[in-house]
Amino acid sequence: MRLNAPVLEIDALLGDMSITIIVCTGAGGVGKTTTAAALALRAAEQGRDVCVLTIDPAKRLAQAMGLSVLDNTPRRVEGVCGADGKGSLHAMMLDMKRTFDEVVEEHADPERAQTILDNPFYQALSSSFAGTQEYMAMEKLGQLRAKADEDGSWDLIIVDTPPSRSALDFLDAPERLGSFLDGRFIRILTAPARGAGRGIGKIAAFSFGLFTSVLNKILGSQVLADVGSFVAAIDTTFGGFRERADATYTLLQAAGTSFVVIAAPERDALREAAFFVERLKSDSMPLAGLVLNRVQEVRETNLSTEQATASAEKLEKLGANERLTAALLRLHADRQRIYTRQLHLAERFTAAHPGVAATTVPALAEDVHDLAGLREIGDLLATRLET
Amino acid sequence: MWPGVALHVVSGKGGTGKTTVAAALALALAHQGKRTLLMEVEDRQGIAQLFDTPPLPYEERKIAVAPGGGEVWALAINAQEALLDYLDIFYNLRRAGSVLRRMGAIDFATTIAPGLRDVLLTGKACEVVRRIDKRAPNAYSAIVLDAPPTGRIARFLNVNSEVSGLAKVGPIRNHADLVMSIISSPRTAVHLVTLLEEMPVQETADGVAELRAANLPVGGIFVNMTRKPMLTGEQLQEARSGTLPAEIIGQCLNESGIEDLGATIVSTLLREANEHALRVDLEARESERIVELGLPTFFLPLLSEGIDLGGLYELANLLREGGIR
Repeated sequence: MRLNAPVLEIDALLGDMSITIIVCTGAGGVGKTTTAAALALRAAEQGRDVCVLTIDPAKRLAQAMGLSVLDNTPRRVEGVCGADGKGSLHAMMLDMKRTFDEVVEEHADPERAQTILDNPFYQALSSSFAGTQEYMAMEKLGQLRAKADEDGSWDLIIVDTPPSRSALDFLDAPERLGSFLDGRFIRILTAPARGAGRGIGKIAAFSFGLFTSVLNKILGSQVLADVGSFVAAIDTTFGGFRERADATYTLLQAAGTSFVVIAAPERDALREAAFFVERLKSDSMPLAGLVLNRVQEVRETNLSTEQATASAEKLEKLGANERLTAALLRLHADRQRIYTRQLHLAERFTAAHPGVAATTVPALAEDVHDLAGLREIGDLLATRLET
Repeated sequence: MWPGVALHVVSGKGGTGKTTVAAALALALAHQGKRTLLMEVEDRQGIAQLFDTPPLPYEERKIAVAPGGGEVWALAINAQEALLDYLDIFYNLRRAGSVLRRMGAIDFATTIAPGLRDVLLTGKACEVVRRIDKRAPNAYSAIVLDAPPTGRIARFLNVNSEVSGLAKVGPIRNHADLVMSIISSPRTAVHLVTLLEEMPVQETADGVAELRAANLPVGGIFVNMTRKPMLTGEQLQEARSGTLPAEIIGQCLNESGIEDLGATIVSTLLREANEHALRVDLEARESERIVELGLPTFFLPLLSEGIDLGGLYELANLLREGGIR
């Protein structure tokens, strides 16, 4: 599909050695994970040492990259390198609970770590908290980056983002979780244990009393007690959740990070993409461009939808060969209509965001099962349509 | 289909058209003077966008009229408002609730207890269901819930186990039990929306297994955006093997007044026919996998003009013809 937008030069992006992190983001179901994997493979075959962090890959895609175990460490994808033998690909799937546990184990002495790991509130937080996955994806990205800085394992990290309700969650959730854990309620809640709540005013004390009594009413007192002991346990060992979250956020704003926003030619997916593009702009985060997946391609002919339909109507009344031709014309007209609608949606996006570079990938009949399939998507991503 | 079901929960992989199917279902169920409620829980305002109305407040309002005088109402719920509702209904605490909201405490409460959020959302749906039993004047004949995607649906609905990790006793626990008694009963049906593609079909099969394992009542499968084969079986065979008669097709084009210099149109048509045949094969394979699940299955077409209000009515009609009422 030819868009009225600057071309997103995939090979220039992947070949730019100053870029060390590429974040793939977009609404659910638009092919984020596949795109991230295809970009990673292409970069590796162009000679870069790449690590791709996937969040929740489909089984067959994971198999395509040789990821049969979810063990939260990058694994080398065998047989991937560039023509001159340079380049490599590592892939991993995020295990959010494991990542959280590791953070705890790394920062607390064994006894305290066990207390935290056994805490019911910690268990709920690390396995089902809305935003934990995003937070841990960021945490893992930070770890991979630190490892790369330390031993040069990778010069490019490509991150897939969790399938959130909104693509913005990836940016906001870590901050939310961080400020929640460092927030005033959780401080007040643990005040008796920490002595930090002394001297709060009468009004605050009243509100606080109301607050705890309602919470106790709804949740039962055990929940608050669990939260309290969790916070008390982590407080002395962590440098503050918020600071950690802030540090990874800064990493995303740094030069060397680039965002690829992924969408499908549908209203909702493009709306999400638009939100995200605007957000990146306001947070001065570098946007590489838009990848529009699953577009209906049509081949250039001088046969219009109307003409094809009109001819089909004429031919349908005649013999068998004519009916066959009519059916082919109807098929063509149908594809044209889908193409026109998708183009219209895409152009609303490009008109509203004129500077954003874009590339498109046609809808493929089959899912990706192997590296050859990923390679094909990489080729399609990098294909320039002449204008 | 599904007599006695009051709560229809619609889930599906992202991008499969969950909201569209939920809306079409609400329209189909609202025939002949009935009144249905379409609910959404994810703060997306997907219903408002679909029906082209301003964003929905936390308030039930009429958004569409079904053929035969039925009505579809809509409600966008969020955990905050649902918690205030809950405090009001069970503790008469609405005023305290608004103080707490100003303090940001409600956010805090739904945050420290992730399960609480889901109980409040599903609880609101169950409150609407209970109106039917009470024969309340504002009762609906059916409720359609546009629910979170397949990957999260079992956890979202299985509020009991979610809450049990947090609160072993206490009011929220009792509330969860009440919610569960409706959600796991034959009055609820959980439907999954899919496309005839490998990944969504796989996710649907996994979702069905997960729902069954959690003893949640699985309803039907809605296969969305299907394409009618536009060629006959024999034509597809030839399209697949590349043996469609190019020359004859060229003559027919000519006959109908289409000038095809250099036969570029014919070759385009043949390639499109080949791609279509491959797509039809893929869809047939995936259809088989869906049928193997042994659930009531409804096929909805891809509307090449996209989904607008007219398209929704068209889909609703197809559902009714398929036996949904």
